[in-house]
Amino acid sequence: MIKADHISKSFEGRTVLDDISVEFETGKTNLIIGRSGSGKTVLLKSLVGLHEVDSGAVYYDDVCYTQLTFNQRKAIRKDIGMIFQGGALLDSSTVVENVKLPLDLFTDQSEAEKMERVAFCLERVRLQGADHLYPSELSGGMIKRVAIARAIVMNPRYLFCDEPNSGLDPQTSVVIDNLIHDITREYNITTIINTHDMNSVMEIGEKIVYIHEGHKWWEGTKDDILHADNAELNDFVFASAMAKRARRAAR
Amino acid sequence: MIKILELTGRYFLLLGKVFSRPEKMRIYRERIIFEMEALGIGSIPLTAIISVFIGAVVTLQMSISLESPFIPQYLIGYATRETMVLEFSSTVVALILAGKVGSNIASEIGTMRITEQIDALEIMGVNSASYLILPKIVATVLFFPLLTLLSIFIGCVGGYAIAYVTGIMIPGDYIEGMHYAFLPYSITYSLIKSAVFAFIITSISAFCGYYADGNSLEVGRASTRAVVASSIVIMIFNLILTQILLV
Repeated sequence: MIKADHISKSFEGRTVLDDISVEFETGKTNLIIGRSGSGKTVLLKSLVGLHEVDSGAVYYDDVCYTQLTFNQRKAIRKDIGMIFQGGALLDSSTVVENVKLPLDLFTDQSEAEKMERVAFCLERVRLQGADHLYPSELSGGMIKRVAIARAIVMNPRYLFCDEPNSGLDPQTSVVIDNLIHDITREYNITTIINTHDMNSVMEIGEKIVYIHEGHKWWEGTKDDILHADNAELNDFVFASAMAKRARRAAR
Repeated sequence: MIKILELTGRYFLLLGKVFSRPEKMRIYRERIIFEMEALGIGSIPLTAIISVFIGAVVTLQMSISLESPFIPQYLIGYATRETMVLEFSSTVVALILAGKVGSNIASEIGTMRITEQIDALEIMGVNSASYLILPKIVATVLFFPLLTLLSIFIGCVGGYAIAYVTGIMIPGDYIEGMHYAFLPYSITYSLIKSAVFAFIITSISAFCGYYADGNSLEVGRASTRAVVASSIVIMIFNLILTQILLV
């Protein structure tokens, strides 16, 4: 479980997050949705510690993460996997080197054990035959798969995904969504996905938090979202003609 | 002034992170070797080409300036050697490498910053500053003195070659000048300077890249800042080290 307790964050006097409290549940795919510039990414980066919050606290299973020092956070960070919007793979390393890096740095496994684990993770994300390619030689979907493999290689307890579908075609997006959802269930991970893709919301969203102008505007499930009477949320969710038709059909 | 103090403070805070205990020494050793190849061996051709021409040009200029029956010709070789050892092969080569290596480091680390590769390392629990910057500093501090020695040698060979090819002086006189009043300490002075300059170039360039923020334009600006700042600091330290080590 990850809990944000009244967190606020501002940059140069501009408030980006304002008194947000929310709890993300273990074993579920928790989605943070909202318009571009609403504060989703800042919330995600504040939860993971890449941004220090101005006030409030973040808890990882009752441990107050925001009060820990850099070295104390290391222990929790080894339990965190994160998939960045652009993949954030190391350009100078091959696919195998990227996935193996956390094992090289934080385990005492033999080379054979590490390679076995890397092969398992790459197989788990259904990416074979790309072991020695560099990120510049991979497609967008392949980069996301490698990023997922790297994120799960250390058996994380918490998985953060920042717009995992951005730049992907609809079919590949569904594959990536399902992969993240399956991994969450399989390993009982607390997964938090930052997205504005309504397909993801309807496919895999088990708990959804809507952020608007730095405030938590709404939270609920994907079933609740179709019947919510929050005007801002409805404007966001039913922005497309297709979604409007789906809502009329649901009613 | 406050901005400069703030930047200096951030620079030393970054150095504190860089020199904290590495995660695994084996990984760092591998990265040091990789960086030596990328930053050091990759700089040999440029250093060699510039040194051979400068050595030749200095010899030509000296032969014109010292053209007098009262000045022995071997002084041309002596002046060329002193120029190469005391100033060119450490300071001028460092300024040239600030352009090549410094911009390379700043743009590499800057790109890693804006594409969130540094954030990815931090999330893994890696001390990104130490992981990315320490191997570069160790590699350049160890390798740049070797480049200086190479530059001295090739520069002197360039001077000999121009003397031999053009006939402006007797090559034997040039060799005699090379040996004349030679102080081995001059080489030590030059090597100390090049090691210090290597540290300045690498750490300042890495600092500029590490705190790049924004888009690809910012990477370009970080790269320019790295070259300008490194060059200025090199000139300041050139003066300080000369005062301390030679005077």
